[in-house]
Amino acid sequence: MKFAIPVFPGSNCDYDLLNALRDCLHTPADLVPATTTDLSGYDAVILPGGFSYGDYLRSGAIARFAPVMTAVKEFANAGKPVMGICNGFQILTEAGLLPGALQANESSKFICQVSPLHVSNTQTRFTTAYARHQDIKLPIAHGEGNYYCDAATLAELKAHNQIVFEYVDNPNGSVANIAGIVNRRGNVLGMMPHPERAVETILGSVDGLGIFDSLLMNHVQGDAHVENR
Amino acid sequence: MYLAKVYVTYKPSILDPKGEAIKDALHRLDYENVAAVTLGKYFEIKLTPGEKPLAEQVDEMCDRLLANVNMETYRYEITELEA
Repeated sequence: MKFAIPVFPGSNCDYDLLNALRDCLHTPADLVPATTTDLSGYDAVILPGGFSYGDYLRSGAIARFAPVMTAVKEFANAGKPVMGICNGFQILTEAGLLPGALQANESSKFICQVSPLHVSNTQTRFTTAYARHQDIKLPIAHGEGNYYCDAATLAELKAHNQIVFEYVDNPNGSVANIAGIVNRRGNVLGMMPHPERAVETILGSVDGLGIFDSLLMNHVQGDAHVENR
Repeated sequence: MYLAKVYVTYKPSILDPKGEAIKDALHRLDYENVAAVTLGKYFEIKLTPGEKPLAEQVDEMCDRLLANVNMETYRYEITELEA
């Protein structure tokens, strides 16, 4: 299974992700520039964290129009797995691939800490390696990670089991403790916590491995058959 | 040449921690009568008439880029600039 990591000007978690995929999971992965228009040959795309285009205007607002995003949309529309971590999540909401938006943290502070999370849906292709209702710990590092959506969207998310990760202690004020969601089809995941920073014991947690293990496992078993349930 | 002045502000349901921090700072400067501060964005866009009406174009720009309509609302004024 081959991963593409689009790199925008200002991305800064791209090498963490590359390290996690290549060195810890021993799976091929490439950094691809934001000007790439062709993602053929790749089986999954992960948008990394950082401050793409300096977060000018709004987090993710400019990155959304980078050439690679047209290819990412086509990739997602074809049902292939797309994931966005932190700034990647912000880009996916700006691009309309996921509902809602990320607003400033309630405290107005940048939060950098390890956060306990609850895996609320283990039936997505990103989470089957976790035990049902498993509690995990992942690092978070963001100033605008406060997930917001209106009541109708929240009802939709709940009705279709799209809430995948929830904060145990809601550090940023997110609606319904939301830390990560999938689209209705289940092939696009956005999350504020950083699984790529929790893949080796020396990093303090290996709880992020489950996401990448799930992707690899479900790819072998045939991606197209694992839809969000 | 025309000038579009675009104002983007948060919807009332959205947190504005920067506005809150500015309000607190104004209180510290003894402006105790300040009841609320909201921080928004202001754009000046110079543009020439195209095929579409300018207002329609500016609406599009706001919806597609300048504002995130999940969180923000916008308003604008368009005036003709003297040559």
